[in-house]
Amino acid sequence: MSRRRAEARRRTGHERLPAPALVLALVAVAFFALPFAGLLWRAPWSEAWSILTSVAVRDALRLSLVCSLSATALSLGFGVPLAWLLARGRFPGRGLIRALCTLSMVLPPVVGGVALFAALGRRGLVGRWLYEWFDVTIPFSTPAVVIAETFVAMPFLVLTVEAALRGLDGRVEDAARTLGASRGYVFRRVTLPAIRPALGAGAVLAWARALGEFGATITFAGNFPGTTQTLPLAVYLSLETDPPEAIVLSLVLIAVSFAVLVGLRDRWLGGARHAPAGLP
Amino acid sequence: MVLAMRRTVLVGLALLAACGDAAAPAITAPAITAPATTAGATTAPVTTAVSGTIRVFAASSLTGAFTALGEAFRTANPGATVTFSFAASSALVAQLGEGAPGDVFASADEATMAKLVDAKGAAGTPVVFATNRLQIAVGPGNPKGVTALADLARPGLAVVLCAPQVPCGRYAAEALTTAGVAVTPKSLEENVRAVLTKVQLGEADAGIVYETDVRATDGKVTGVAIPADRNVVARYPIVVTAGARAPDAARAFVAFTTSSAGQAVLARFGFGAP
Repeated sequence: MSRRRAEARRRTGHERLPAPALVLALVAVAFFALPFAGLLWRAPWSEAWSILTSVAVRDALRLSLVCSLSATALSLGFGVPLAWLLARGRFPGRGLIRALCTLSMVLPPVVGGVALFAALGRRGLVGRWLYEWFDVTIPFSTPAVVIAETFVAMPFLVLTVEAALRGLDGRVEDAARTLGASRGYVFRRVTLPAIRPALGAGAVLAWARALGEFGATITFAGNFPGTTQTLPLAVYLSLETDPPEAIVLSLVLIAVSFAVLVGLRDRWLGGARHAPAGLP
Repeated sequence: MVLAMRRTVLVGLALLAACGDAAAPAITAPAITAPATTAGATTAPVTTAVSGTIRVFAASSLTGAFTALGEAFRTANPGATVTFSFAASSALVAQLGEGAPGDVFASADEATMAKLVDAKGAAGTPVVFATNRLQIAVGPGNPKGVTALADLARPGLAVVLCAPQVPCGRYAAEALTTAGVAVTPKSLEENVRAVLTKVQLGEADAGIVYETDVRATDGKVTGVAIPADRNVVARYPIVVTAGARAPDAARAFVAFTTSSAGQAVLARFGFGAP
């Protein structure tokens, strides 16, 4: 390697990829791009508008957005404390707790749905008391969709945030404490700003997983237009009888997800590089 | 922060892996293969014996009957292997349309079969090999006292039906219309087995399924008969697919379903003659 080239590399600040790696990377890009190109190619553009404006599709889209955002909110509310417990807690069996709380990420979602029945169904461990005492049934309701989505999505947030908490320099927090800041103040003003990028990344991952959730939802929440039929369920059922509609619905789902991933990446994930290391 | 970012990437990869749960709860039964050691050639009828692998795409409601039918076919044709893919008929037609490898298609209704024929996916004309009727599935012992279709409209009764896209959903809608009953189901399931599961788990009080499905649960679900004048006769057609890779063996399997031996197996599972 010549000195000039090395110097040029130092100036531009990035390395030129070796050709084989570049080729493989481009194959990978094509691998992800082609299926979407295929959908666009097969989309029935002339019917697209009438499909999109149908009540059934609007219902499914609205339900998907409401449920996936609710699941993300629940994941943040419970997942951040859980991540904190896993990162900072010193107690025996922590590894087991972590495995337990992230199990739903690797389970086939249908299994997750059956497990939710066993816990919250009318005959379930907890569900039977809800049914007998309060006449409350969770399955086949919109809350059931949110529960199913939260069940599979929260681990993505927990793992991401836990990793960020572990990577923090604890001395900064210690310093804030010795300067008289309360525990809550330190968490709000020191810890949270420092893990903000991971929080964003985790929330986006959890939201994306919730939006695409299928197996646990159709098992535990069933499929009924307006109450539990989210966009992925609508896509699956229309694929059997009306493939053009399924393609249009898929494109809607892809467009929404893509817009969010592109929009948030720069703000949150990309911002990680410039994030404050500790104190603001 | 570098550590955090690396973890983020890892989690992202895990996300991709976990999202591979695609949307096909099709059950692929294990292959039924002739034991290589038995000298079956001498016992099998020489005239009908075929060999090769036959891949049968069959409606969910045929799960038990066809698994046994495959067993019987294999006994008669020791050189043959039969593999099954069970799912909603409509899902199977969609899969065949996308080039899924199936030699034989057995549908739970003629409308779904017509779709395959219209798409030039069938080799020859489908033949009806079995019939079925609807029944109301309720919990063991019928705790909610359901006696007729009209009861399904009762408020507070959790009813699940098949989705209207699926044959059993179409049949159920037909029966309910004939009976003049308006039902608000809790869920529209993707296939008949899913309806049965929800009743069996006790999460639904009642569902409309095929007679044969209730029978297959061995008492875990009780069936409430629907009178013949309000019932629907489900007709099951079968055909060799246009893309069959073992057409001769496939034709032999189709012929077997209407043979006396095949009909005996189907009758054992509660199916009616065509």
